Order: sequence, then structure tokens, then C-alpha cells
Amino acid sequence: MPAKTEYVPFMSYIILILIAIICLFPLVWMLSSSLKSQDEIFTNMSLLPGKLHLRNYVEAWTRGKFSTYFVNSLLYTVLGVFGILVITSLCAYALARLELPFKNLIFFILIIPLIVPLPGTFVPLYVLLKRLGLLDTRTGLILCYINGGLAFGIFLLKSFFEEIPKELEEAAVIDGATKWQIYFRIMLPLVKPALATLAIFNTVAIWNEFLLALIILQDPTKMPIQRGLMVFQGTHITEYAQLMAGLSIATLPVIMIYLLMQKYIIKGITAGALKG
Amino acid sequence: MVSDRRYLNNFFYVLPAILMFAIFTIYPFIKTFQLSVYEWDGISPTMKFVGLKNYLEIFSDRLFWNSMLNAGIITLLALTFQNMLALLLAVIIDRGVKFDKFFRTVYFIPPILSGVVVGLVWKWIYDGNYGILNTILTHIGLEKYTTSWLSNPRTALVSVAVVHMWKGFGWGFVILLAGLQTIPRELYEAAAIDGADSFKQFWYVTAPLMLPIFFVVSVLTILGTMQIFDLIYSMTRGGPAGATEVPISYIYRYMANNELGYATAMAVIFGLVLFTLSILQIKISRKLRKV
Repeated sequence: MPAKTEYVPFMSYIILILIAIICLFPLVWMLSSSLKSQDEIFTNMSLLPGKLHLRNYVEAWTRGKFSTYFVNSLLYTVLGVFGILVITSLCAYALARLELPFKNLIFFILIIPLIVPLPGTFVPLYVLLKRLGLLDTRTGLILCYINGGLAFGIFLLKSFFEEIPKELEEAAVIDGATKWQIYFRIMLPLVKPALATLAIFNTVAIWNEFLLALIILQDPTKMPIQRGLMVFQGTHITEYAQLMAGLSIATLPVIMIYLLMQKYIIKGITAGALKG
Repeated sequence: MVSDRRYLNNFFYVLPAILMFAIFTIYPFIKTFQLSVYEWDGISPTMKFVGLKNYLEIFSDRLFWNSMLNAGIITLLALTFQNMLALLLAVIIDRGVKFDKFFRTVYFIPPILSGVVVGLVWKWIYDGNYGILNTILTHIGLEKYTTSWLSNPRTALVSVAVVHMWKGFGWGFVILLAGLQTIPRELYEAAAIDGADSFKQFWYVTAPLMLPIFFVVSVLTILGTMQIFDLIYSMTRGGPAGATEVPISYIYRYMANNELGYATAMAVIFGLVLFTLSILQIKISRKLRKV
């Protein structure tokens, strides 16, 4: 070990720092532009705004309707994640620990989206939602988000449920616990780390989702923030300062969650990729 | 009989998932094939059966194949530059550096951002008149290279690809690093005792053990990049003049234009291409694992 850490070539640090700057610069530039006035943004090319111009945020939030978009995104994210957690934990628990015919087949079918990509199904999905009267509704979008989180959730939780020793369950049965008590009091608490990973991972995924929101929603009052950004950009084409404020509003929650819950996000990513 | 009842009760645990999956994934999937042999605007009550006409048209639709080619070019760039960078950074961090936690945190910021946010920020950076990129180029005496990056057909595709790689390398970095850290240190020590320098250690110890993981990252890069959409839509919408059109944006264009039959036929062809790639992946990675 010491032989390796002692000598770290100077070049390595140069590369690491250079890439870190390239990673951060666009974000810093977004924040900096969001704090400049509309005139200053075209003349002052320095990273530091002349004086902090918070007006862009107020304008974006009120006139740019980002308050609506933000609240919508919050609603979709909370309900979507909640739905995913409830449905996938029930299903994964049954597939891992209960007697059920065709268990393996059901599991295999449910995780197909993890194995093969199904691109372009958004076209018939649009037709289906229209038939069901769910087009341009909040319900339609949320249902699609929940569906999108099923495969990964079931895959991840099933492996966690399988690791729980049988003795715990048997002891609970002897103590006279009902099936639901076993599920809620013993099983669910034991897979908490996996539930947390799933919650954080899907929070970021739903908050960032764009394509489904694009095809399902037309009514601006129902749009989530990613969709709202495109609407704002389309109608205020030259108002870059306010657009940057809107982008910052859309990004801040994700960055905060990431910095606080990094561990869980990384877990989700590596579990997803090293699956097959 | 008792066990039948129990089966039935247990079935309620999986029922919500199966129902949702059947309605929102399986049904649209099957419907894709059905719609692809019709001409239909999505509105009128009657659909006109046209057989394989849509498919035949696709084969002579140059714009469709052009969109495949564009996605293919971005994919090739990502496979080489993005993944090489990810591997290089992962190897450096794995060998032990100071502030490694800081670098890991920073490199994974672009992947957690939304495609729309990244696209719009970079659109501002690339702006032909007021963009910071042109300002920087002018300042360092490279004024002749300034251009409207996203509206110049010659630079648009590469400009978009750069953003895609900027957003993606941190993701490969995290997975490759996780893989590197499973390699026991003793192997490197043993190699060092045998006189292997750090390059030889990489070639004879790291590379063979990392091959399956590097392969998985490459395949996921291919599947992910071929389906690129958010970045394209927010930066160029496929323009200028189709220079950055990709399959998903092209399919979306036809859907928005109420030509659902043609849109789904393209989805089938595109899906088949990706399906073939992922089957190949499964076959090859089984082989790699056996080695």
C-alpha cells in the first residue's frame, strides 16, 4: 500500500482538478448568469455579477409561473415515489418469501424493462391514455411514473427480502403474529436501506423526467418543472437571466438531495448497472 | 384446498404491480406492432390497414437512417472519449489520492441533473452572439473558431455530443470505480513484488478483472446514447435541418404530427436494433464471466 500512495504523479492531480472545473463551470455560470440583470448578462462576462440581482428569481417564480411548475413537480414526485414504494415492496416481498405459483415467471416478466429497452412505446401509451381519458391529467402522468419505477424496485427489493433469515419469520409466527404484522413490523423495517435507496433514486428520476410529461400534458397549469422550463424558454426566448434563474430553481433541490443522500444514489446506480 | 386459498391471498401482494405493468407496459408494447401496420391519425374512429407499407417506406426514408447515423456517431464518441475518461479517472482515484471524496462528489453532479437543465445551460454557453464559449475563444486569440455552435450544421452534432459526454462520464466513473475497488490489494502487491510497474499492473491485473464491468458500462452507454432525447430536444429539437435528429426525436416528430402508424413502425425497427444489441450483450457477458 504505502508504495502506491506515496508516489502519485503530479499529472494525476492536474487531470482530476481540470475535470472537476469542467464539471462545475456550467453550473457556476448558470448561477452567475441568474444573478445578473438582463442588460448585464450580455455585457459582463465575468463570473461575478456586478451586484446581486435577485429580481430574476422573483420574476421567474411569479410571472414565469415557476411557482406552479415547482409545486406540480413536488406533487408528482411525492406521489410517484410513494406509489412505487408501496407497490414494489408488496410485490417483491411476495416473490421472495411467500408461496405463489409461477413466481419465477412473474419476476422475469416484471423485470423485462431492465433487460431489453422498449423505445417508442410512448406512442401507443399516448393512445391508451387518451382512450382511458387520462391524457392531460395529473393521474395519467403519476400512474406512468409509478409504472416506470416498478422493474428496478422489484428487482432491488426482492434481493433484500431474500437475505432475511427464515428464523425471524418463524419466531414471529410462533408468537402469533398475523401475516400483515410480519410484513409491516418485521420485514419492511429490515429492508429500510433498500427502501431509502429506491426513494431517493426515484425522487431524482421523476423530478428530472421530461419525455412523458411532454407527451401527456398540454395544460400549463399541470406541467412539472422540466416541461415548464421548455415553455418558458419558448415564450421568453431572449430572457436568459430569468431562464437561468428558472434553471437554478429546478436544479437546487436535486443538488441538495444529492449532497445529503449521495450514498443512496450511488448505491442505486451501481446496483442498477451491475445487475446482469 | 387450504393451500389454494393461501395462494389466492398471496396473489393480492403481486396484483397491483402486475395490473399496472400489464396496462402501462405490456399493452402499449403489443399495441406498437398492431398500430405499425395501419395508417391512423390518432383521432378518426377508423384506421386504415396498410400492411407493410409503413415498413417499406422506412427503408427508403433517408431522414430516419440519418437519425440513426447521428445517434450512432454520438454513441461512438461516447464509447471512446467518455468511457476512456471515466476509466482514467476511476483508476487514478482507486490508486489513492487526497480529496478523493471531493472529486467523486463533483464528477457525479452532471449525471444527476436533468437533460433539459443541462441542455438549456449549454445552449446559453454555446450561444453564437453572447455565449461564454465564443467569448473565451476570442480572449485567447482563437476568434476565427467562434461560431453559432448549435445552429451551424457542421458543429451542431459534435457540440451536442460533447454535452452528452459531459453529462455521462461521471456515471461510468462511479460504476468502474466500484468495480476497481473489488479487486484485492494483495494482487497488486504480489505483482509489484514480481517487478511489475504500474502500467504492467494495470495491463495484467486490472484489465482482465475489469473486462466484464467495462463491457457492461459500454453496452449501457450504447443503449442509453442511442435513445438520447431530452438533450437534443432542449438544445436543437433535431435541427439545424436534421443535423442533430435522433431516432426518438424523429419518432416524436411523427407522433406530434398525428402519423401514428409510421411513428410506431419506426419504433419497431428501432426497438429491434436495440433488442439485437442487448441480446448480443447478454451472450457475450456470459462468455466473459466464464473466462
